[in-house]
Amino acid sequence: MADLTAAAPAAAAAATAASAATLTTADGRPLKAALAAAQARAKRRAFLLVAPLLAFVVLTFIIPIGQMLDRSFHHDGFSANAPAVSAWFAENAQGTEPDEAAYAALAEDFKAMRENRTAGEAGTRVNYTLPETRSLFTKTARNADDLAPPFKEAFLAIDDRWDDAAVWQAMRSSSSAYTADFYLAALDMERAEDGSIRRVEENGRIYIYLFAKTFLVSALITLICLLLAFPVAHLLATLPMAKANLLMILVLLPFWTSLLVRTTSWIVLLQGEGVVNELFIALGLIGAEGRLQMIYNQLGTIIVMTHVLLPFMILPLYSVMRVIPPSYARAARSLGATSWTTFRRIYLPQTLPGIGAGSLLVFILAVGYFITPALVGGADGQLISNLIDFHMKNSNWSMAAALSAMLLAGVLVLYWLYDRLVGIDNLKLG
Amino acid sequence: MAFSAGAQELTVMSWGGAYGAAQTEAHVKPWSAASGFAAKMVDSDNPATPIKAMVEAGNVTVDVASLEYADAIRLCDEGLLEPISIDDLPAGADGTPASEDFIAGAVTECGVSTDIWSTVYAYNDSKFPGEKPTTVADFFDLEKFPGKRGIRKGAKAVLEVALMADGVPAAEVYDVLSTPEGVDRAFAKLDTIKSEVVWWEAGSQAPQLLADGEVVMTTAYNGRIFNAAIEEKKPFVIVWDGQLYENEMYAIPKGAPNKDQALEFIKYATSTEGLRAQAQYISYGPARQSALKDELLYKDGVTVMGPHLPTAPENMKNALETSAEFWVDRNEELNERFNAWLAQ
Repeated sequence: MADLTAAAPAAAAAATAASAATLTTADGRPLKAALAAAQARAKRRAFLLVAPLLAFVVLTFIIPIGQMLDRSFHHDGFSANAPAVSAWFAENAQGTEPDEAAYAALAEDFKAMRENRTAGEAGTRVNYTLPETRSLFTKTARNADDLAPPFKEAFLAIDDRWDDAAVWQAMRSSSSAYTADFYLAALDMERAEDGSIRRVEENGRIYIYLFAKTFLVSALITLICLLLAFPVAHLLATLPMAKANLLMILVLLPFWTSLLVRTTSWIVLLQGEGVVNELFIALGLIGAEGRLQMIYNQLGTIIVMTHVLLPFMILPLYSVMRVIPPSYARAARSLGATSWTTFRRIYLPQTLPGIGAGSLLVFILAVGYFITPALVGGADGQLISNLIDFHMKNSNWSMAAALSAMLLAGVLVLYWLYDRLVGIDNLKLG
Repeated sequence: MAFSAGAQELTVMSWGGAYGAAQTEAHVKPWSAASGFAAKMVDSDNPATPIKAMVEAGNVTVDVASLEYADAIRLCDEGLLEPISIDDLPAGADGTPASEDFIAGAVTECGVSTDIWSTVYAYNDSKFPGEKPTTVADFFDLEKFPGKRGIRKGAKAVLEVALMADGVPAAEVYDVLSTPEGVDRAFAKLDTIKSEVVWWEAGSQAPQLLADGEVVMTTAYNGRIFNAAIEEKKPFVIVWDGQLYENEMYAIPKGAPNKDQALEFIKYATSTEGLRAQAQYISYGPARQSALKDELLYKDGVTVMGPHLPTAPENMKNALETSAEFWVDRNEELNERFNAWLAQ
């Protein structure tokens, strides 16, 4: 009996399904199938429309960035060219003294490296961890024919650094293709001879300082840009069209000018015998001996970058302010709010999407800038991107990739914070 | 690839600017005319970077690259360049075999010198009406020669100059710099003028800083100062004492599409005549002794090049060849230290 009562609703459901299945279109196809086919067609068409852009983004953006990130923790320059000694490292734990078998494996690798001309590649990888090992590798490879048993003595005859624990530790940390060494270096750390992690000597610490400085300077530039751009954008948004257009051209003209031209123009203006100093002297504000140092230092970097990035703040602000109805402010005033209260509680909150978008744009562009700091930065105006550039030029792409990845991570964290605090939906880019 | 399929054309990659133009006029165009093989010049910020990328990606479109000495050695050690034998290179115009004609170090396993350039310091003559700076030590003497100094921002070719100014003979500079005390000593010497230094990055900035009166003397690439002084008639004087010279190398990337023609091009460009031709366009010295025997004239037809070349005997009295070996080993480490020192 119990079976029957349970079966009854199931049978009813089956009956409903059967009647739904019998619904057909005019040409006799089941409605559900026809609908699904139509939707799939629409989806395919939409995808085809997006496909070129998607392919472009994947090819020119996602794949290169992926490869770059891969380089930051993957470098097989040593492990691929010195497989025998890499295997020895894998079998013998950290702290094992290199024995004759280790030297024999190394000798085997060196003979192969000489054959394939890859000692430089392997040495380059080890050199990243321990300076002055690259020449040790090329020198040893040149003399690889002398490597005969007993191998340890043979190596020491070529160079007495071959029983140095630091060299063996550097080879050990290079012996795996996957490594955190580049990130360690990017954090001013290194591996000690026993494999433990320590900070580098004080006079070599630079990256953390530069990361912090890059973010601080970028934040400062963003703030100055905001303070300068806000009144300008407001003026643009409230002036009659004809005047606003003229002002807009003044904003856009520098925007369309080459970055290098703008940077060099600032040099002409701000340098010791430049326009601004000469003007101050002519006006009697400063003496000829008291010329202001306004360029080739951090001040120069900040002035020029602020100018270069200003349009990126003005334009989003303007696009938001333009559509704020003036009636809101009038209503507030008519209800008795002071002009300050009206600004603070009515106008400012409505411009937030523009402030957010402009600040994010300016900040993200600023952290990646390197031409301007390179040209006008002098001693204290360098930013982290200048060192990324240095490593790119010196073919240490792994180090450049690690630094870039950390910069990217920093920006993503800020982006996430922004999303949590303001909400990314509240962003209006134009 | 569609782009490289019709590669019946030799592609030479160099640095652009006046330098690339000199190589185009002196080597690329005449070789193409003489051989009947099409050839073109392409520019790069630093040819070593794209060459490394091309060879690693297996899509090489460049046949000959003009590389810094250290890069020519590094890329060669990494197997990214074709070896070139010195015995394949033509004898000098006077019949001297190539192996004796080239000066020491000018031909390496994978590269042949196209010229020798140097880092010198130059001063603005109008700023020193009385006594003139003559030695590398004067560059660091703020009492005798007050005023701001321009120096290239980076450790390479800066630490050596500091040591030479501190009295280390050229021959011992790298021995001293290999010790931690030597590095400290170089930075200590730089400390003495740190407050007066304007740091430059791009080669064109050095003559500009001098011309603008931003500095009274600056380290610079000798060709840049020569151009400013001869072409633009600026009152700039080069002090050759303590110069750091370096070979610039032609090399063939591994897998170059026209490898045979590339070798022919290098043979032509680094012959006595080829090297002399280039020195008529830019004041970098030829690396063959046979190329220096007869007097060389600048392209203006008046200026005698001899005294303007780093390789002139009177300019070589206290000169140091940049050690590629040293810098391939220690560039990153010392540059980190240098940047930390700058930020102090």
